[in-house]
Amino acid sequence: MNVASVLPIDVAGAMIAVLAGLGLLGLLLQRNPRFIVSVVFPLGAFSALILALTGLWSLGETPTIAVLPLGLPDLPIHLRLDPLSAFFLVLLGCASFGVSLFGAGYFKMMPGSVLGLLCLEYHLFLASMAMVLLADDAYVFMLAWETMALSSYFLVTTDHAIPEIRRAGYLYLLIAHVGAIAILLGFGVMQGGQGIGAYTFDAMRAAHPSSFWASATFLLTLFGFGAKAGVLPMHVWLPEAHPAAPSPVSALMSGVMLKMAIYGILRVSFDLLNTQVWWWGVLALTLGLITAIFGVMFAAVQGDMKRLLAYSSIENIGLLLVGIGLTLIFHFYGKDALAALSLTATLYHSLNHACFKSLLFVGTGSILHATGARNMGRMGGLIHRMPWVAALMLVGVLAISGLPPLNGFVSEWLLLQAFLLSPGLPNSYINMLVPVAAAVIALSAALAAYVMVKFYGVIFLGQPREKILEQAQDADYWERAGMAWLALLCVVLGLIPVVVVRFLDQVSLSLLGAGLGNAAADWMFLAPVDTERASYSPVYFFLAVAGVMLLTILLVRRLYHGRLRRSSPWDCGFPAQTARMQDTAEGFGQPIRRIFEPFFKIESELPGPFDAHPKYHGRSEDRLWYLLYLPLKQLTERLSACVSLLQQGRIHLYLTYTFVTLIVLLIFV
Amino acid sequence: MINNPHFILAILFQLTQLLLVVLAAPLLTGWVNQCQAWLQNRSGAGVLQPYRVLHKLFHKDMVLAHNASWLFRLTPYVVFACMWLAAAIIPIIAVDLPFSGAADVIALVGVFALARMFISLAAMDVGTAFGSMGARREMLVSFLAEPALLMVLFTASMISHSTQLPGIVDALAHHQFVLYPSMGFAALAFGIVLLAENARIPVDNPGTHLELTMIHEAMILEYSARHLALIEWGSSLKLFAYISIGIALFIPHGIAEMGNWAGLPQAVGFLVVKMLLAGAALSLLEIVTAKMRIFRAPEFLGTAFLLAVLGLLIHFLLGA
Repeated sequence: MNVASVLPIDVAGAMIAVLAGLGLLGLLLQRNPRFIVSVVFPLGAFSALILALTGLWSLGETPTIAVLPLGLPDLPIHLRLDPLSAFFLVLLGCASFGVSLFGAGYFKMMPGSVLGLLCLEYHLFLASMAMVLLADDAYVFMLAWETMALSSYFLVTTDHAIPEIRRAGYLYLLIAHVGAIAILLGFGVMQGGQGIGAYTFDAMRAAHPSSFWASATFLLTLFGFGAKAGVLPMHVWLPEAHPAAPSPVSALMSGVMLKMAIYGILRVSFDLLNTQVWWWGVLALTLGLITAIFGVMFAAVQGDMKRLLAYSSIENIGLLLVGIGLTLIFHFYGKDALAALSLTATLYHSLNHACFKSLLFVGTGSILHATGARNMGRMGGLIHRMPWVAALMLVGVLAISGLPPLNGFVSEWLLLQAFLLSPGLPNSYINMLVPVAAAVIALSAALAAYVMVKFYGVIFLGQPREKILEQAQDADYWERAGMAWLALLCVVLGLIPVVVVRFLDQVSLSLLGAGLGNAAADWMFLAPVDTERASYSPVYFFLAVAGVMLLTILLVRRLYHGRLRRSSPWDCGFPAQTARMQDTAEGFGQPIRRIFEPFFKIESELPGPFDAHPKYHGRSEDRLWYLLYLPLKQLTERLSACVSLLQQGRIHLYLTYTFVTLIVLLIFV
Repeated sequence: MINNPHFILAILFQLTQLLLVVLAAPLLTGWVNQCQAWLQNRSGAGVLQPYRVLHKLFHKDMVLAHNASWLFRLTPYVVFACMWLAAAIIPIIAVDLPFSGAADVIALVGVFALARMFISLAAMDVGTAFGSMGARREMLVSFLAEPALLMVLFTASMISHSTQLPGIVDALAHHQFVLYPSMGFAALAFGIVLLAENARIPVDNPGTHLELTMIHEAMILEYSARHLALIEWGSSLKLFAYISIGIALFIPHGIAEMGNWAGLPQAVGFLVVKMLLAGAALSLLEIVTAKMRIFRAPEFLGTAFLLAVLGLLIHFLLGA
């Protein structure tokens, strides 16, 4: 075979096979856990990196197709690698490269029998996500989608001896399947009773459904993918499942798997459905806004570091959905340049979120190993004990807060630019929605900074709140390497937006038929429309801040003495200071709880002032759980109780059923 | 671009403004304090007092808490650099500021946020009760103030069809005698944000050391000597930057046009008068209001946020 004739899709398919093979290898070699962590996981990391490079290579190419003679009769496996899948392949590869490297260090404490199974599930999870991206017919898509859901379910329940974790896993599985059914129904509607051959994506692209059926498909798939992504009100599994899973798995689920749902929404609404209806965008925009503000509000009151990050993921998914909604609106009204801008912002933010959220989640893994606690109230002062983790997490924290010159700022900037350019839509209701939406986005971005100050400050800064923290160990080399890679991505994606946008333009061109040609005019300045309107140059910005800072340091050092004396903290001369006087996580979140009180279901127990053994207890719960989920559960139980009347378990009753059925059939037929 | 003499002049002008703001910022703080002293029937320490304080602080020996980390020591430099840069890119004398192209209004808000993030984290670093209290309150104030500021800037950007500061100022300065109702709302909101973000009365009190009421001062309690000097200087620069934004958005008239270098002296004169008036107005406002309870602050800032959103909505509805 000629090397030049190797297509990107062949490489991607081969890498998926390699990943699955690595998983099996891990299962076979479970007697040798050291081999698994130091060979299999790094190999998996490099396969993921090759996947990312393949994606990058095929971004600008025409779609490549492969048909494998496997699968159902009349429906062989169709695979396709187009710019949209290529972009998400890059995202998957980049994030999982870092996470797998980290995993090589993180999982080394695990006993071999658990590790072997985990290695299989982990690599199958990666392979199935890649397969979701390549799938070009509904059958393969659902197969990969379910493999992804099941492998991640088993990963979540790795510590299945703990009942809470089993419960979290069950909730996740339940919602994943409700979502999967909706997606399957959506595909069913799209194929429109044309027979099994119509389940290929090509057939769906060629169909022209009426606006009613198109809307039905859109709603079903939005619901289904939304359940996977954690869009309100299907978000409840996220804050349960993410803390339950081992940290690298949480990183992959939050950083990558949620983006698969975003990919699904994009694929269906921009590629597979030809018909568009105006209110789709409004619906997505509104849902996204609610999700974003809800997520960040709940993140602010969490005390468990992984739950906090899970809620922050809900916020980011909300922002992505806002971007998708805006793209749908612009696309419907034929403003394709603006649609390209908001799509670029959405894709950019997906990539950014994959980087910084994976970084933060794996970081919590290192902290968990060092301290044995997930509750931030038991931490503090870790910057002295774990300098590497602290420094790398600081990058992630600054990036997720949307601060220049890091990557989070770029996508936020692009999204806000899309809002600023939006007036002039023919629908006045939508025009009024736009400023409100921009305000909510700005508010949730500012609250995200609040959350991150709390997250970083309570964990890493201050005095240690527990004795055990004195012995905390920094992350090992594998873990540092993984985190450093993700942090590097945060910095690089922040500094070279023009190059990234040029790549993203390929996706916009393929989905919308328009791109941001102007943005790439000058590689130093990112200017989505033209430089008169708006431009941003992170490189100059960074150089200026760094230059001014160095100049100040030099001048201050040169002109003045550097004398310095260490002493105990002053604290307004207050004599007795203990670590307990610092803000806990609950304390730091208290203002938010108080301001947004109606949104939380709060129960708290405060000890009296003379209590010798004071015990404080406070919980802020999700009202939706009580308003939506519990009634739904009761309804289901009541319905199944009705059904169980038929099911008495006595054989003569079942024989009577059969007899009656036969009689009825005889009468009618 | 490099061979263009105009561009070289613009670069020179940018550097001049960079130098000018950093030297002039403490003077503005001194002026506000002096006005307050006069209004309170005191003689005051003179407008040059902030320079004397900075001089004193730079010469002192530094005392650092045992458990202060590198983050604590880095923060004063980050804060100072961010504030300096922010003040330097706002067009107040002339609209030719080449560096403004690298950071538009959204990035400007980002610079403020970056400095705030660092100073809040540094406040929690030593692990004292006041430090974390200050950080919490600072973030509480800013999570409403920052979006309000962004909305104010958006209203201006919508009117001028640009998020570039020179573009906004150019457009606003040359559409004279047009009253934008949306900008009226924006101006009110901006006033509130200015008070809150610069730790002024009624949200915070820059002169207090009464522990339970302070916000900004609580965060910087552990700083001393050169670190404190940089933070104080940074605060002066921040006030200068905010007043500059106010001038640039709401009273930009008199600013030198693109390439009109001869108009500079006149523009400087206008600026000095505007700054003096703004400082006097600020001190008057602080004299006649009382500090509010900390939990009233979110309501106060929520009002600012709503006003700003209202301004933007009005622009969308009326196109003005």
